[in-house]
Amino acid sequence: MLKLFKYLLFGIVFGILLFKSEVLSWFRIQEMFRFHAFHMYGVIMSAIAVGLISVQLLKRYSKNETTQLLLTPEPSWKWSNFLGGILFGIGWAIAGACPGPIYTLIGAGHLGYLVVLGGALIGALTFGILNRNKAASEVEQCGDVPNNPVTSNEFIEGQHSYETQRV
Amino acid sequence: MQFILEPWPWYVAGPLIGLMVPAFVIFGEKRFGISSSFRHLCAVSPLKPKFFNYSVSEHAWSLVFVLGLVLGGFVANEFLTTVSTVSISEATREQLSQYGFTDFSGMAPNQLFGGLTTASATQWLVLGISGFLIGLGTSYAGGCTSGHTITGISMMRIASVTATVGFFIGGLFATHVLFNLIF
Repeated sequence: MLKLFKYLLFGIVFGILLFKSEVLSWFRIQEMFRFHAFHMYGVIMSAIAVGLISVQLLKRYSKNETTQLLLTPEPSWKWSNFLGGILFGIGWAIAGACPGPIYTLIGAGHLGYLVVLGGALIGALTFGILNRNKAASEVEQCGDVPNNPVTSNEFIEGQHSYETQRV
Repeated sequence: MQFILEPWPWYVAGPLIGLMVPAFVIFGEKRFGISSSFRHLCAVSPLKPKFFNYSVSEHAWSLVFVLGLVLGGFVANEFLTTVSTVSISEATREQLSQYGFTDFSGMAPNQLFGGLTTASATQWLVLGISGFLIGLGTSYAGGCTSGHTITGISMMRIASVTATVGFFIGGLFATHVLFNLIF
């Protein structure tokens, strides 16, 4: 349990950041897509800049195997990244929130986002039904530990992301 | 301490958000991402397609993390703010009021997100369908703005750059075309 506690802290901190930077605001998202202010672009670009520098530093100086595995990007891309991205983008502009903000806005008392969350779960469920012949581990999703062929099997063993449920 | 209660400028909040990437890798031993939580929430339910037949306990971190996001929203809203209106530009206000959005208090327009019990069928549909697109789209794209745009681009993943281009094409299309049809 203690191991999971740090993720709760990460969530609280990130939720506060989303709120205080106003990037979870429907109004800010509209302002961004109408190119009326630099605010959102400033947040996104400075976040990426800090991310890029940290990743480069970690890749160069960290001796930790997990760190290196996590930071090795998959070289391939698929059309689904692009087309799924467009679908998400449409929902993002209308609901004015991406997945993180949906949760945080619910916590902040904007209960209309419960309906958005319900819709999102039905969307994810629909994807699962359309891909019922596949296993979730075959469909790449950010947040998962990558199955990197470069790493030794011995290492992957403890890290494998999806274990099929025993019935 | 007044500055904490006011909205944080982009050059403060942006770099702090960027630090989530190394923090997650070093202390969390995970890649930072949020939309995968939808998948894992689906996997929690007892009735589910085979796709979701995996042990959720290995992904419990993701669900604990989004619980933290909810708590963070509560804390920020209750204790860390005195501002009730987002100070968006005058040009945006003007354009939004042409669509009937005239109440600029709160983080999202009350006309669309407030009063669920009195909400019209159209309002429910707009919220539900946009949510559906978020869930389906992030599943196909393999991630959202945190996993792809922030983390993926920081790692220079081609898939993440591609997805982010898609996010903006979809968002611009919805804002400049669909808004005229919906609102």
